[in-house]
Amino acid sequence: MNYLLDLQSFLPGIIVAVAGLAAIMLEAFKKSANTSFSVTIGGIAVALLFAIQSLYGEAGTAFSGMIVYGGVGAFGSVVVLLGALFCVTISREYLRDLDLHNGEVYGMILFSTTGMLGLAVSNDLITLFISLETMSICLYVLAGLMKNEKIGAESALKYFLLGAFSTGFLLYGIALIYGATAATNLTEIAAAAQPTFLFLCGTGLLFVGLFFKVAAVPFHMWTPDVYQGTPTTITAFMATAAKSATFVAFVLVLTRMLPSSEIGDWQSVLQVVAILTMIVGNLIALAQDNVKRMLAYSSIAHAGYLMVGLAAGNEAGYAGVLYYLFAYTIMNAGAFGVIAYYERNHGLDFTEIDSYAGLGFKVPVMGVMLSVFLFSLAGIPPMVGFIGKYYVFAAAVQAGLIPLAIIGVLASAASVYYYLRVMVYLYFKEAHKEYSLKTPGFLFKWTLILLAVLTVYYGVEPVLPTSSLMELISSYYTV
Amino acid sequence: MFEQYLPIFVLLGVAFVLALAFMALSRFLGPYRPNTVKLKPYESGMDPVGQAKDRYSIAFYLVAMEFIVFDLEVVFLYPWAVRFLDMGTGTFVAMTVFIVILFIGLIYTLKKGTLDWDMKNFKYEALKK
Repeated sequence: MNYLLDLQSFLPGIIVAVAGLAAIMLEAFKKSANTSFSVTIGGIAVALLFAIQSLYGEAGTAFSGMIVYGGVGAFGSVVVLLGALFCVTISREYLRDLDLHNGEVYGMILFSTTGMLGLAVSNDLITLFISLETMSICLYVLAGLMKNEKIGAESALKYFLLGAFSTGFLLYGIALIYGATAATNLTEIAAAAQPTFLFLCGTGLLFVGLFFKVAAVPFHMWTPDVYQGTPTTITAFMATAAKSATFVAFVLVLTRMLPSSEIGDWQSVLQVVAILTMIVGNLIALAQDNVKRMLAYSSIAHAGYLMVGLAAGNEAGYAGVLYYLFAYTIMNAGAFGVIAYYERNHGLDFTEIDSYAGLGFKVPVMGVMLSVFLFSLAGIPPMVGFIGKYYVFAAAVQAGLIPLAIIGVLASAASVYYYLRVMVYLYFKEAHKEYSLKTPGFLFKWTLILLAVLTVYYGVEPVLPTSSLMELISSYYTV
Repeated sequence: MFEQYLPIFVLLGVAFVLALAFMALSRFLGPYRPNTVKLKPYESGMDPVGQAKDRYSIAFYLVAMEFIVFDLEVVFLYPWAVRFLDMGTGTFVAMTVFIVILFIGLIYTLKKGTLDWDMKNFKYEALKK
């Protein structure tokens, strides 16, 4: 039966959604957040297995062309589920310390993940819109988790208002595109598109909506406040999984809806946004004294690097973006995880960089891991972050965008300053007063160690994933 | 493509001119004897007491929210109920899944006590902390 095949092609999303329902029902009836936690871990793990399996299966479209399966969509699903899994495993201890540990948090994370999975496989603007909203509405709630803190309320309200505003742009863009082409399916739009005024306006508005969600520069103002006011492990979830899902949707829109440059010169738009995002993100990050805000601006800068890959607009560029998303998910989840570890000992004020003085020697394994993740984010060679940046910039050079690649490399060199600054505080400053740090729990510690190992492993052994990635991309073009 | 909208623009123009014309006519031909009651903005019912920004019990919002959810369910259910014999089992399964999810949501809210209006049963867990 065709219907069942359709459902099977979106199996990871269905599993995650059912796990989400189970998580909130368990909370309501058993009042045990730990049970919800186990269900969440189990649901995401099973969904991850199915997503990995579909990575090696054939690619195609399902639900009358509303979604794609296999290929890029499957890779995006894997990255999203990895991000969700790591953030959930480090969340339990952290949220317990903040007194925020309840089953609804996991329910929200899972519903949001469902939206992200839909976003990563959307082949239709309606699917894209619905998934984006499912993801965002849950994220607005998660952003306001610290509801007794002013900073948490600010974060949620700011995210909600600006997010709703940007959704308006996105929806209006979809409406105009429908007006110009009488289609919402990405491939049908590509077939019917003419570079008319209406179509260009619509696509521009669609891009504005997506730029907002990935925090590209003229639309980035919400990022630092939201990231700062959200519980740190949830911030990791927003910065990795949500960003990855939106970028995969962006890749789908660019490759399927705008395959030729005859319907608008969107690569130049992306180039300008990429340059702005890299420069502004990195420059403002230099001046940050709060580690969470610094990582927020660094995530803006990373959106800029990813945009370089999109601007290149060739297979190498898209493959580079996908690999970068994987790398970024691993290293950023790790960096936020260590910050969450330091923070949960002494509360929110503990994210100021002054309080990091001399911390590196306290719990050596945590200090070393934070250094590994920050080196990787800075793009220092034996880590995965370097490989990701290399692919993206190499693709830009291949596409003849040498000035763009040069600006990217320079911006990335400037970023080393603020990443190393944290390490200077960790290892070369005297502590102001004596802190005692709790020992990290088993799951928390080993998740972070696994992330650090992956960061180094994929930095040393980068060839394998790329070649299979290339295969993925080309298999996807033949769909 | 804008030519096809021309009649609408003509209609708008005629309506605008006509409205202005009637207002001008009544101004010039009709008597004008104002007093305080006549110049007040029209409002039916009682005089307004206080502002709209007063604090309400949170229970009102929860009931309003659930009303919207099940109101929208009806919006989907009616067209489906009219056509579902022609649409086959696929839509039946889809609608069942939709209703089951909403039903789970209802059970969740009931269990959490959101429809519990008896103040004695409220758990002030958040305040105790």
